[in-house]
Amino acid sequence: MALDSKVPSGPISEKWDKYKFDLRVVSPANKRKFHIIVVGTGLAGGSAAASFAELGYRVTAFCYQDSARRAHSIGAQGGINASKNYQNDNDSVYRLFYDTIKGGDFRSREANTYRLAQLSENIIDQCAAQGVPFAREYGGKLANRSFGGALVSRTFYARGATGQQLLLGCYQALSRQIAQGNVELHVRTEMLELVVVDGHAKGIVVRDMVTGEIRSYAADAVVLATGGYSNIFFLSTSAKGCNATAMHRAYKKGALLANPCFTQIHPTCIPVHGDYQSKLTLMSESLRNDGRIWVPKKKDEDRPPNEIPEDERDYYLERKYPSYGNLAPRDISSRSAKEVCDEGRGVGETGVGVYLDFSDAIERLGEDTIRSRYGNLFQMYEKITAENPYEVPMRIYPAPHYTMGGLWVDYNLMSNLPGLFVIGEANFSDHGANRLGASALMQGLADGYFVIPYTIGHYLAGTTPGKVRTDHEEFKKAEEDVKQRVHKLLSIDGNRTVDDFHRHLGRLMWEECGMARNEEGLKKALEEIPKMRQEFWENVKVVGENEELNQCLERAGRVADYLEFAEVMCIDALDRDESCGAHFREEHQTEEGEAVRDDENFAYVSAWEFTEIDKKPILHKEPLEFEEVKPATRSYK
Amino acid sequence: MNLTLYVWRQKDAKDKGYMEKFDAKDISPDMSFLEMLDVVNEELESQGKDPIAFDSDCREGICGMCSLNINGVAHGPERATAACQLHMRHFKDGDTIYIEPWRARAFPVVKDLIVDRSAFDRIIEAGGYISVGTGGAPDANAIPISKDDAETAFDAAACIGCGACVAACKNASAMLFVAAKVSHLVNLPQGKVEAKRRVVNMVAQMDKEGFGNCTNYYECQAACPKEISVKFIAQMNREYLRSLRYKDK
Ligand SMILES: Cc1cc2nc3c(=O)[nH]c(=O)nc-3n(C[C@H](O)[C@H](O)[C@H](O)COP(=O)(O)OP(=O)(O)OC[C@H]3O[C@@H](n4cnc5c(N)ncnc54)[C@H](O)[C@@H]3O)c2cc1C
Ligand code: SF4
Ligand code: FES
Repeated sequence: MALDSKVPSGPISEKWDKYKFDLRVVSPANKRKFHIIVVGTGLAGGSAAASFAELGYRVTAFCYQDSARRAHSIGAQGGINASKNYQNDNDSVYRLFYDTIKGGDFRSREANTYRLAQLSENIIDQCAAQGVPFAREYGGKLANRSFGGALVSRTFYARGATGQQLLLGCYQALSRQIAQGNVELHVRTEMLELVVVDGHAKGIVVRDMVTGEIRSYAADAVVLATGGYSNIFFLSTSAKGCNATAMHRAYKKGALLANPCFTQIHPTCIPVHGDYQSKLTLMSESLRNDGRIWVPKKKDEDRPPNEIPEDERDYYLERKYPSYGNLAPRDISSRSAKEVCDEGRGVGETGVGVYLDFSDAIERLGEDTIRSRYGNLFQMYEKITAENPYEVPMRIYPAPHYTMGGLWVDYNLMSNLPGLFVIGEANFSDHGANRLGASALMQGLADGYFVIPYTIGHYLAGTTPGKVRTDHEEFKKAEEDVKQRVHKLLSIDGNRTVDDFHRHLGRLMWEECGMARNEEGLKKALEEIPKMRQEFWENVKVVGENEELNQCLERAGRVADYLEFAEVMCIDALDRDESCGAHFREEHQTEEGEAVRDDENFAYVSAWEFTEIDKKPILHKEPLEFEEVKPATRSYK
Repeated sequence: MNLTLYVWRQKDAKDKGYMEKFDAKDISPDMSFLEMLDVVNEELESQGKDPIAFDSDCREGICGMCSLNINGVAHGPERATAACQLHMRHFKDGDTIYIEPWRARAFPVVKDLIVDRSAFDRIIEAGGYISVGTGGAPDANAIPISKDDAETAFDAAACIGCGACVAACKNASAMLFVAAKVSHLVNLPQGKVEAKRRVVNMVAQMDKEGFGNCTNYYECQAACPKEISVKFIAQMNREYLRSLRYKDK
């Protein structure tokens, strides 16, 4: 299979404008005839569904929560990037583009990343018009803060709840379209299968999570906006319901899965403190604007932090990366934290944690200023740990947070299956091997508001509307598959709970395919996973029935998919015999422990094609061509 | 610590429902309330019994999905805290805890502790937005907004749509929720344009959904995990009076 990225020719700054003009457009009268399915109502899916409906398409949208307003995007804290240059600190589209490419360690597609930077400005305008209450200066203009991997201040925010406010803007736009009858929304509905007819995506099979009914929906195009797969690690910063099911089902129906091993471990999360824990809580990266990260210089230090004198502290990020300091990118900060903990200099009861200290900032700016900047984060920290971060430094440690990998898409955000579009965190395209802070929100909204409304028109203009209905045999077959799978899960009646399997898998992935990977560990994981999967299908205990609200069954289906998905992640991690961004192969590092990339052999997107369970997928390579920037060794020193 | 739980069980919307007793053993004070329920559920599942159904997703107090009435208090004893952020250190060994769903006519029970809050979505659909489509927005800095207005708008916009205000109110009124959205938008210049139409339509939908009247008990504010202030109810009432002469055309 030759992968055509469809990147247009011409100078990078003109590609998108020229390309848009070349795209076919569906006439207003014909738009009503086309039906689009959107799975997911987070920033990506919500913005796409609302925008399609405004254009006149008929839209059916789905989410697994009880309301579109609760998608996982709601949890984003810190902010959203845009190259507005409102601070006059010499920001530009080009600088945002360059920072993103470099931050991603030169493993993303140049043209997509440039377009993202271009559209960033429109997003802020759009959101302000919708009434998103961004932070303001006294003069009434928008305020900005800094995020990791950048030397300019380009992050827009709404206190510590930027994702919430952006998502509410988008949910409200969607609600308006629902009220006008242009969008039909199905909540508490989970997509369990993709339906492909003659090579084109034509619909989905879902389970009504209240009644258990298995239903089909047919459409002229299917958009997946189902978010990332971080909670394959069990403990992650994701919402509990986040899953890879939609993505994995599409993969099994022929959509290629790209760079699945690129998973981001976020440096500033509250450390693990017990076996019963259900998730990890992020402390926004924005805290690194004012907080200083350190550990004691001495191993096994047992004095409390405030009794450790200044000269016995190691502000290791400031020491190693003097120009970026505490704002070094996430992969680097996370790895450095692991390093000092591995050396035995970690803090807290478990020794797996580092300090994030605000005392200097409080002295300089006063407690009130710090409170106004981060009040809700400090409060959240105190609720969880029962410690007051205004008085004692926070303790933090890296945790799984975001997945750069996802379904492969071309410049149109369409997968290799015509008619299947993938947007937001679920696709792979813009962040390479490491995402910079505050750019996931930007990408979700760029995809949904400003890219896919145009590119989907181009695809639809070449098709006949309403060609396939749910009485087609492919739908019948897909429904039957779903029913059998559900039946199978319910009939095993084994001895281990679903969560027990999930925790077990999570631990394995964290150990072998987490912050650092090596050949031996990955091979071990690849032996373990099929065994675990086999045991799952023989020994899992799923209680209750299908014809009811059954949360145990919901979780079981997701874990079953993770048990297959994990394998592709490890295969990909093993194949990529280099270190790049968040993918750190221990075999490839400098003496100082920095990642060593291998551009000669690995400057490609790995796109995996499903074959059979227990058989290796086929690797397709999309070579990454850099016309604009020269891949260089990343330096944040 | 060991606890005794009495939990509302209801198979589906039609079922009558009852309280069932459970023992929660070896609970660590560092667990969150929902993690305590996870432990109880995992034990139930391994015995082949139906786990207690409850809603949650983010577990960080922001998605608004969790909705537990704990010892008669919406979201439990901690102020400004959603049930998912409540920790077991606020309970002590030997405590008995009663856990029920939100109780309100407009929020029918779906199963056990899960309720249907779609009435809230329909209120937003009735007008809780600014009518701008995608594209064509002016530069975000074109309209200056005073810091105070932006902060006030945010204070109101912080609502997570959990429904605790309704559950806490003896009239099951949704005034705080509706007022939060009305005030968020009306405190911004962009939102003033259709202010009248918005408040009239949202209030009409609220009444239609069967929420009760507000008689100023302010239990809503006390239960709200985001500390949304009742001053927004006053603001909404002013907006409503101002719009009385307005009829949706
Ligand atoms: C704690 C936290 C803080 C963050 N902070 C920031 C930040 O400050 N800045 C930033 O840029 N990014 C941040 N991120 C990342 C960012 O929030 C996400 O990457 C982004 O919101 C993803 O948006 P999305 O629309 O792609 O997916 P989501 O918001 O995850 O939405 C997924 C949607 O798909 C639906 N869905 C999923 N599976 C199914 C299925 N099988 N069937 C039906 N529906 C399904 C869900 O119901 C949901 O509606 C943060 C992430 C976390 C976890
Ligand atoms: S006003 Fe408060 S209690 Fe009511 S829905 Fe909003 S956040 Fe929940
Ligand atoms: S689970 Fe999201 S607010 Fe409680």
